[in-house]
Amino acid sequence: MIIYDGTMDKEAYKNVFGRVIEQICEEDKDVVYLDCDLMNSFGTLGFWQRNKAQAINCGVAEANMMGIAAGLSAGGKKPYAHTFGPFASRRCFDQVFLSVGYGGNSVRIFGSDPGVTAAFNGGTHMPFEDMALMRAVPGSTVIDVTDSAMLESLMRQIKESCGVTYLRTTRKAYPAVYSKDHDFKIGRGEVLRDGSDLTVIACGLMVGESLKAAAALKEKGLDVRVVDMFTVKPADAELVLRCAKETGAIITAENHNVIGGLGDAVGSVLLENEACIPMKKIGVVEMFGSVGPQDYLQEYYGLTAEKIAASALEILKKK
Amino acid sequence: MTDNEIRELKKFAARIRLETVKQIAKRGFGHIGGALSIVDALAVLYGGVMKIDPKNPDWAERDKLVMSKGHAGPALYSALALKGYFPVETLGTLNQPGTSLPSHCDHKLTPGIDVTTGSLGQGVSLAIGLALAQRMDGRGARTFLITGDGELNEGQPWEGAMFAVHHKLDGLVWFVDYNHKQLDGDTEDILDLGDLGAKFDAFGWHTQTTNGNDIEAVRTAVDKALEVSGKPSCIVLNTKKGAGVPSVENTKYNHHMVFEGEMAKESISFLESALAVLEGE
Repeated sequence: MIIYDGTMDKEAYKNVFGRVIEQICEEDKDVVYLDCDLMNSFGTLGFWQRNKAQAINCGVAEANMMGIAAGLSAGGKKPYAHTFGPFASRRCFDQVFLSVGYGGNSVRIFGSDPGVTAAFNGGTHMPFEDMALMRAVPGSTVIDVTDSAMLESLMRQIKESCGVTYLRTTRKAYPAVYSKDHDFKIGRGEVLRDGSDLTVIACGLMVGESLKAAAALKEKGLDVRVVDMFTVKPADAELVLRCAKETGAIITAENHNVIGGLGDAVGSVLLENEACIPMKKIGVVEMFGSVGPQDYLQEYYGLTAEKIAASALEILKKK
Repeated sequence: MTDNEIRELKKFAARIRLETVKQIAKRGFGHIGGALSIVDALAVLYGGVMKIDPKNPDWAERDKLVMSKGHAGPALYSALALKGYFPVETLGTLNQPGTSLPSHCDHKLTPGIDVTTGSLGQGVSLAIGLALAQRMDGRGARTFLITGDGELNEGQPWEGAMFAVHHKLDGLVWFVDYNHKQLDGDTEDILDLGDLGAKFDAFGWHTQTTNGNDIEAVRTAVDKALEVSGKPSCIVLNTKKGAGVPSVENTKYNHHMVFEGEMAKESISFLESALAVLEGE
């Protein structure tokens, strides 16, 4: 059920992760959680101190952690591995690609602080490319987490998943969108708000911004559909095509580089199905990360409801 | 070890060497130098040390081997075929279209290959993961890891070296095939590894250094390594790149080389004669 009213989730997602991973490990002794000296940042330090058999701190050594996770998978275990998004993707991409993916192993990788949510850690810690990299791994699943209900549900759902499964999630919180009992299905997009003039397809941080934009546009008499495409790979092609047909214009919005992320996933679906409609990708264009408060960075990179609303008015002229 | 056991291991090594050379000769090129230098260690491991069941390659309680220097695949394939994991005739398909035997070891393609390797250094972490999983299972299975020397130019093995000691992974035995040659020449000229034994010692490993092309010396070191508790064990194998095949030993750049025609023919007959001598003893 959609419960969005603009209020923020109450529990920080790092605490959701810490609580749920401990429950999963309790329920299944083959689950192993690995981290690279970021447990205190990701709500798992207490769990590690309580259960060092199933929680492994690898120190600041991401390549080694990803390889160990792959080896644990080869040995029949179910590893969950976390570090900041840039390190989970860029820093050890060859280990993810080869030791996990190519090697036929299964690891659930959590990259925290996606895009501008890295805020005060700045450009070195700000991944705008993580989804592009992870999407390129054959057979991978790539998810940009929308809220705490989704994070908890998907953490459990992916326990038996195959290959590279990548989830990017803020450690803080986004607006709550779903009820705790919502039935999430990986690969199925969620229509959060119906509309017929155009569709905004968003993920992660930009879901809330898109809903805000849709509300603002409603006041201008526009009827905007909002879709949460939290599974960026495999994207819900059937839903994309339905939105193209029913609304005739699409904007994508992602807290990520416009190369290789949600916009490209949606664009490929449209192109390959000859659904030639006006489309605009909102995201980071040819820029590295930088430092500052998240709201400042959202303005700086154009990741706001205002940018979506302005783009909507532009794109409707082309319809 | 009895004299007879040593003789049998030497024969097994001679067969692995012969099959390795035949595979690469048939294709006409390959990673022959580093395949030959590790043959004796493979003979020791597959000739009695490892708990395995060739008819059941996925047996959960088996010991595991990670050939992190994945380009030594042809030597490992020979050992596996001779142990009965797949027909010896399959060895002739090395690197042919659709083969189950690629240059670098591939778990998904080849029965008996425990993990996929090829990007150097990554096998170290994979082996650590396997050793952790085996310790969680509590069945007493061991993990054997083989790296090259040039491979230790990478940083990842040293991340693993720290980790394995910290986590007291005594189910892990790491062999370094120290043949002192990498693709571009001598390790001393490219990026000198220095005293590897001292380095592993400093990291806190139980460390031995031995002649890696001497069957008896390798077996003795392995037996000792398996008695170690509370820490992982490293055996630095001093070897010769191309060991046992003079034409390859005497080629300066023998990491990957053309191997065909007279050179291949002479090498095969040299190894056949050596095997015949061992079998006649």
